[in-house]
Amino acid sequence: MRRGTPGVLAAALALTVMATACTGAGEVADGGEVDLDVSTGVTDDSIVLGSHQPLTGPAAPGYLAVSQGARAVFDYVNAQGGIHGRQIDYRVEDDAYDPAQTIDVTRQLVLEDEIFAMVGGLGTPTHGGVIDYLNDEGVPDIFPSSGALAWNNTEEHPLTYGWQTDYTKEAKIQGQYISENFSGQNVGYLYQNDDIGEDSQAGLDQYLADEVVAREHYESEVSDLSAQVAEFERTEAEVVVCSCIPAFVALAMLEAASIGYEPQWVISSIGGDTATLQGLLAEFTQDTDAEDVPADAFLDGALVTSYMPRVEDQEDEWAQFFLEVYGEYGEGETVTNTHVFGMTQAVMVAQVLRSAGQDLTRQSLVDAMEAQEWQGPGLLPFSSSGGDHGGHQGVYVVQYRAGGTIEMVQGPRVTDREGGGIEETDFERLPPEELDFHD
Amino acid sequence: MTHFINLTLNGLATGAAYAALALSLVIIYQATRLVNFAQPALALVAVYTAYTVTGITGSYWLGFAAALTAGLVAGAAVERFVIRPIARVSQLNAIIVTLGLLLVVQGLVGMVWGNEQHGFRYAFSYVGRFAPSSVFALVSVGAVALLLFALYRFTPLGLRMRAAAFHPEAARLSGVRVGLMLTAGWAIASCIGALAGMLAGPPFISPNVFDVVFVYGITAAVIGGLDNPFGAVVGGLLIGLGMSYVSGYAGPELATLTALAIVVVVLSVRPDGILSRPTARKV
Amino acid sequence: MSSPTGKSAERATGPGAHAAGSPDTPRGRSRRTLPSPLRHLLFAALGLAAVTGLLLVTGDLTALRLAAVGYTMLAVAGLQLLVGGSGQVSLGHGAFMMIGAYTMTLLVLHQPMLPIAANLLIIVAVSAVAGIAVGAATARLHGPYLAGATLILAVGLPGLTHRYHEFLGGSNGLNIRTAGAPPFLQGVFTDSEWKALVVWTTVVIGLAVLATISSGRLGRRMRSLRDDETAAAMAGVPVGKTKVVAFVIASAAGGLGGGLQAYVLGTATPSSFTLVLSLTLLAALVFGGIGSLWGALWAAVTVVYLQIWATDLARSLELGRNVENNLPVVFFGIVLILVLRFWPLGLHGALTRLGARLRPPTTR
Repeated sequence: MRRGTPGVLAAALALTVMATACTGAGEVADGGEVDLDVSTGVTDDSIVLGSHQPLTGPAAPGYLAVSQGARAVFDYVNAQGGIHGRQIDYRVEDDAYDPAQTIDVTRQLVLEDEIFAMVGGLGTPTHGGVIDYLNDEGVPDIFPSSGALAWNNTEEHPLTYGWQTDYTKEAKIQGQYISENFSGQNVGYLYQNDDIGEDSQAGLDQYLADEVVAREHYESEVSDLSAQVAEFERTEAEVVVCSCIPAFVALAMLEAASIGYEPQWVISSIGGDTATLQGLLAEFTQDTDAEDVPADAFLDGALVTSYMPRVEDQEDEWAQFFLEVYGEYGEGETVTNTHVFGMTQAVMVAQVLRSAGQDLTRQSLVDAMEAQEWQGPGLLPFSSSGGDHGGHQGVYVVQYRAGGTIEMVQGPRVTDREGGGIEETDFERLPPEELDFHD
Repeated sequence: MTHFINLTLNGLATGAAYAALALSLVIIYQATRLVNFAQPALALVAVYTAYTVTGITGSYWLGFAAALTAGLVAGAAVERFVIRPIARVSQLNAIIVTLGLLLVVQGLVGMVWGNEQHGFRYAFSYVGRFAPSSVFALVSVGAVALLLFALYRFTPLGLRMRAAAFHPEAARLSGVRVGLMLTAGWAIASCIGALAGMLAGPPFISPNVFDVVFVYGITAAVIGGLDNPFGAVVGGLLIGLGMSYVSGYAGPELATLTALAIVVVVLSVRPDGILSRPTARKV
Repeated sequence: MSSPTGKSAERATGPGAHAAGSPDTPRGRSRRTLPSPLRHLLFAALGLAAVTGLLLVTGDLTALRLAAVGYTMLAVAGLQLLVGGSGQVSLGHGAFMMIGAYTMTLLVLHQPMLPIAANLLIIVAVSAVAGIAVGAATARLHGPYLAGATLILAVGLPGLTHRYHEFLGGSNGLNIRTAGAPPFLQGVFTDSEWKALVVWTTVVIGLAVLATISSGRLGRRMRSLRDDETAAAMAGVPVGKTKVVAFVIASAAGGLGGGLQAYVLGTATPSSFTLVLSLTLLAALVFGGIGSLWGALWAAVTVVYLQIWATDLARSLELGRNVENNLPVVFFGIVLILVLRFWPLGLHGALTRLGARLRPPTTR
């Protein structure tokens, strides 16, 4: 009997748990209001910010630079005295691009590190797994590093503020540019087989539906594009729009070079980091006619859409500023546009923290986000208020020139993600020394 | 028709790299009855060595030689210092240890060279429908398979290695230095693994670059039959061609499922691989 | 590789070690006063009570990690039965977890009214069917051929999510929200703690079932297969059938583990069920100690916590970024190699030996 009692108890406990678990597993009650009048992670002399990034694993090669760039800027801000006397404590956790790990490290950041806000969490599948949690816990979710449309949904996720120009907006402007400048030419799409491809086509098709001769996709785990590129050549595509990450842009260019196919490349911002592409392609120039300049043979004439400053741009004050900051606070030699991605994010985060004032609470941060008049470093108007958390609203177009320089061939234009028109914008930026983002 | 030819040529070129890795797995399996999960790690060390040597000297072939040497040395060292003390205890443990080694080496490579991607050259020009670099891949893999066959069949060293693997006690009694033979097997295998790395690495290398290649390498070895170097070549080319055709005609998202389908079909017909010798069942 | 675990695994003993412990030792017999299923339920109850206690004194983060230990343990325990029990080395256990996870998300998305218990039962059924298919296809394979086939299963299966990306969400996967604590318990448990409790309830029941199976006739049959297939066949053990049954049980446990994972995390994506997961599960199993359900516990704790500790360690050492990022992986690898080098029976083997040494000799 002495032994039997715990057994009975056990069965009873188990039955209770199972029985109470009898309500629908998917029926979720609406959570109550979250309390934003808190200063979690803020002390008199520091602010803790968190981020999840792929620092190891298969996705690390492309994205390692984002947090490196952001860290350099935060170090710079701290060296200038911080923000209202507070130093930024930027904590990056490695999720290896595995959503299961993202959820773990995000909880760790929120509960153990007690971060004030999540900034620049990277990746669509990864960040998609924690967006509900962050909003439920009342943690401001500033600038996820991804162009998915899902971040801009103030009804469901009021605390999430998108950053990247979303894939559809970007593709619409690409589509219009191609239809105006390469009218009548055959167009091929090369895209990653996920929301990048889906959302990009939705935009491109608004302008190019009649010109498309081939729609080819790739899977990020199959690094072979020979069949796709051969199909573009067969269908005589003269313009190829590449909605791909840099490694696959480089692969497509190599593949095309190997079969002697020379289309006009149009590359999305996610893959248009020409500094990275140069690094990847420099080794392969020995087989082409441009011997001396690394990778020029591949990249010459390529069109790239962009919304941030670009490191190739020697005229741009922000680009020069970022090069200096990274030279002093960064790790490693080359500065790519992926570093600039993180650096631009960091500057804008610092800017809004500064606007939130001395008495920093999550509510004051959200208020500052809603009230902020953004003036750079990005070249496009930025939306973080009034039910539109879409971030950058459009793109400009640059063309790569032999010798590693770029030329802006179409100024910044903005649009929406539906069927609306595309308009030029007279957005003005402030130079680094005038922008208020540190003490 | 050109499409079909392109896909065929492309499949052969990628298949060659799978075949090379499969060869290295087959040798180690023959020497120690182990599936060596550290094989991609050893190839990684070799390829990064080549990357560094080529970067310093400017010569691709010096880098190539350095890679093969690095593979040889690393393979021998791993067998002698990591595998041998454990293989005596349990085979499963030894397999898991090679897995641990894979993690260690991948991490170390990341520590030394960073987790970024680097451009990595082909041996010969990659330009053309069937580029010189692809020809090189096919020819070198075919040559290695022939050499291995000759080594095992006709040379005293090969005979001793086989004896050491299959009947270690008898071999020891007849004066074969069993330990040395095992080390030699691992060294040769890792040298071929390094070749596989040099073929499969380009155009871009990063610490995880061989994960996928390894999966198809092991698949190739299994469907080819682990007892026969030519089996590895047949398996590698079969996987390469199958995936190329399916990617080209049906879409790249089906490529991995194709490999799965090939394995299921082949092994349900021949559970010991295509080129296995029919052995009398013991039951 | 017909007997990959080696005879040495037989030495593993301990309260949960019915899988391999020799049943005829005097100590074993004295415990047999209770019928085996009841005894396992008793352990289950104690386990559940311990976890509940832990949950009450710790926070949400620990709840999440305890839940992770729970579902990982269940998956590893299934693999334990397959590898340690029947001697079939599977490198594709992650595939079954993936089946379970996607079944859970699809059920919650399309049938939100179904209670969690029903979902879990459906998951068991679905993954058991998958187990029959895989087990039947691989029953004739042995050693590295089985390993290779299951390996490509783990790599190939996520391809389905790309093929049917309308239905399975492609590489972004599926996200769900699951119900938390029932209203009348809202003050006692947070949602995370409640979910951890549901996980552990399922896990202890699952483990009790696994323990009962492996100490019963089926378990003996499996072990006879592992030790010598030919001898087992001569003794009248149905070789093929037993192998398939082992696969079915393992895949049901794996699927249940995956389903619980999706329930806790609210997401199922192909990038969570990579080859790395399958290999980690097998490595952790051997690391924890093959042949005992305790080994599955140490394995799960290792999978969940070692990386976290190693990351903290790497931070505190103030090394360069490249070194710091890669240190946790290297650390896991080194620990794995060292443990297997010096304790062939894994952590559980080491602990048993330590326990035997500490115990006063009179009780032996």
